[in-house]
Amino acid sequence: MSAPEPAPARWPRGTLLPALGLILAVLSVIAAGVGQVDVPPDQVLGSLLHHLGLDIGPRPTVAQGDNALWIVRFPRVALAVLVGAALGCSGAVMQGVFGNPLAEPAVIGVSWGSAVGAATVIVFGLSALGNWTIVTAAFLSGLATTLLVYAVSRSGGRTDVVTLLLTGIAVNAVASALLGLLMFAAGDDALRAITTWNLGSLSGATWNAVAAVTPFAAAGLAAALACARRLDLLALGERTARHLGVDVERLRFTCVVVIALMTSAAVAFAGVISFVGLVVPHLVRLVAGPAHRTLIPASALGGAIVLVAADMVARTAIPYQELPLGVLTALLGGPFFFWLLRRARGRLA
Amino acid sequence: MIRRPAPPRPPVPGTPAIEVRDLGVTRGARTVLAGIDLTVAYGEVLALVGPNGAGKSTLLSAVSGDVPSTGLITVDGAPLTSWTRTGLAMRRAILLQHQTLAFPFTVAQVVAMGRAPWTGTPLADDDEAATAEAMRQTDVAAFADRPYPHLSGGEQARVSLARVLAQRTAVLLLDEPTAALDLHHQELVFGTVRRRAAAGAAVVAVVHDLGLAAAHADRVAVLHDGRLAACGPPSDVLTSSLLTRVYDHDIEVLPHPRTGHPLIHPHRGS
Repeated sequence: MSAPEPAPARWPRGTLLPALGLILAVLSVIAAGVGQVDVPPDQVLGSLLHHLGLDIGPRPTVAQGDNALWIVRFPRVALAVLVGAALGCSGAVMQGVFGNPLAEPAVIGVSWGSAVGAATVIVFGLSALGNWTIVTAAFLSGLATTLLVYAVSRSGGRTDVVTLLLTGIAVNAVASALLGLLMFAAGDDALRAITTWNLGSLSGATWNAVAAVTPFAAAGLAAALACARRLDLLALGERTARHLGVDVERLRFTCVVVIALMTSAAVAFAGVISFVGLVVPHLVRLVAGPAHRTLIPASALGGAIVLVAADMVARTAIPYQELPLGVLTALLGGPFFFWLLRRARGRLA
Repeated sequence: MIRRPAPPRPPVPGTPAIEVRDLGVTRGARTVLAGIDLTVAYGEVLALVGPNGAGKSTLLSAVSGDVPSTGLITVDGAPLTSWTRTGLAMRRAILLQHQTLAFPFTVAQVVAMGRAPWTGTPLADDDEAATAEAMRQTDVAAFADRPYPHLSGGEQARVSLARVLAQRTAVLLLDEPTAALDLHHQELVFGTVRRRAAAGAAVVAVVHDLGLAAAHADRVAVLHDGRLAACGPPSDVLTSSLLTRVYDHDIEVLPHPRTGHPLIHPHRGS
């Protein structure tokens, strides 16, 4: 047995989601204003309202302020919100369906599987589905990887930590080899695109990217919310969940599709951004407990907050330079993962 | 999209809740159960006893639909396989011997999970009452807000039982409901189980303590090497000769001087 955890502090019911939503809204407005062309928050709001046809508040006063907001910043913040929400939510669902708090799309290799699909499209310049080609390819390879990891790492109806992580190592090895091959085959432009994207970055954010990712993230989030209550029951183990009327096979399959949808939405334009899906659901559980009806939406909001904030830091920390976002999240998330792993080992030993 | 099966009608005491005909279970080449015939009626408590490895848990698993079996099992008058998952969950609740929990839900949350089959039915209105009653009956209401993983083994066992009781089904399948409990809580649990039976429920409980079985069960089924060695009222079944043979140990059975219940006394010492 590990040392007893402190009883989780319970956030007053029903206030967590509005609070997170408010934080996200405020942070988004601030993030949209910060950068090489600085726009104060009140002018960001003003610009938003004017575009919505409301003649309220000040318009941006700096030169090119409105353009900077609408062509560069807003799509970037919107993509950060979508990617962050997808990462947080897919982490929560994955942990629920594996019954394991260490599961996370990047850790177990699903993100990298998705990345192979997306990189294939980039390298070979495929565009069969137009705007949606990259995200669809990422979805298909992500789905295949999720199914593979799930099939390989389960035995006797559960997945233990060691098998899950070893499967992740194997999948990551194969996926990075494939990525390496693709980069080997790629021309200079494609190589540059893959490299930036490989490190995880939102610098490629456009309204087209936002439009391509939105349906995937929205469908994934809706399906995840519909599974929330059954995921709670799954925590009792497969047999007991079945005794309580849950169609475990169908639930699992739905969740695998949700994870692939979310991961592809996150990976397609932003690359692999690891550990957000691990850290955010964990923090939400500490604050609000493990019930998925709160955990899933709160992890989506929390993931969006983390990503908007991290991206703001990534593009403003060094003037005229941009830190790779994936590198930043891995720097912060890696040690957290160590800590979780040590705790899990303590419990299993 | 989801068609809800009709909630069950109230049980009629004396009619069969579970029927098992010529049940067989094999694991690989090994026969775990063979030729089991058993009927459990609404309103009765049946204790399932026998030595380790006799097939008690397997029998319960087969009746739960968890392991493939040959022969026929019916629940509430219809073959086990003809029920939908939710239809079954409205009729029978199952306590497993070991209950794990992947995330630190609170006691109240775990017990409320037992209400899942009733979601979307008129009986969902009883959720709070059923949860509260089950927690009271198992004496876990005092730590309703504590996370399940922080509890002791016996407390966790009572919480799991509370979840099963909160399901409010007419059939209860309990695998060692009292194994981890102290004497007071053993009696408390069987008192609750008896009241459920008096209200019409059928209860099948795997019990190791033959004294508990003798005191609280209407009938006792003795399993031995995957077969039913005997089944009947405790005073008929729990005899010195049968128990000595089944458990491979000298066992003396005496009637209690006041109640007449069989008292089981294994031979001790050299």
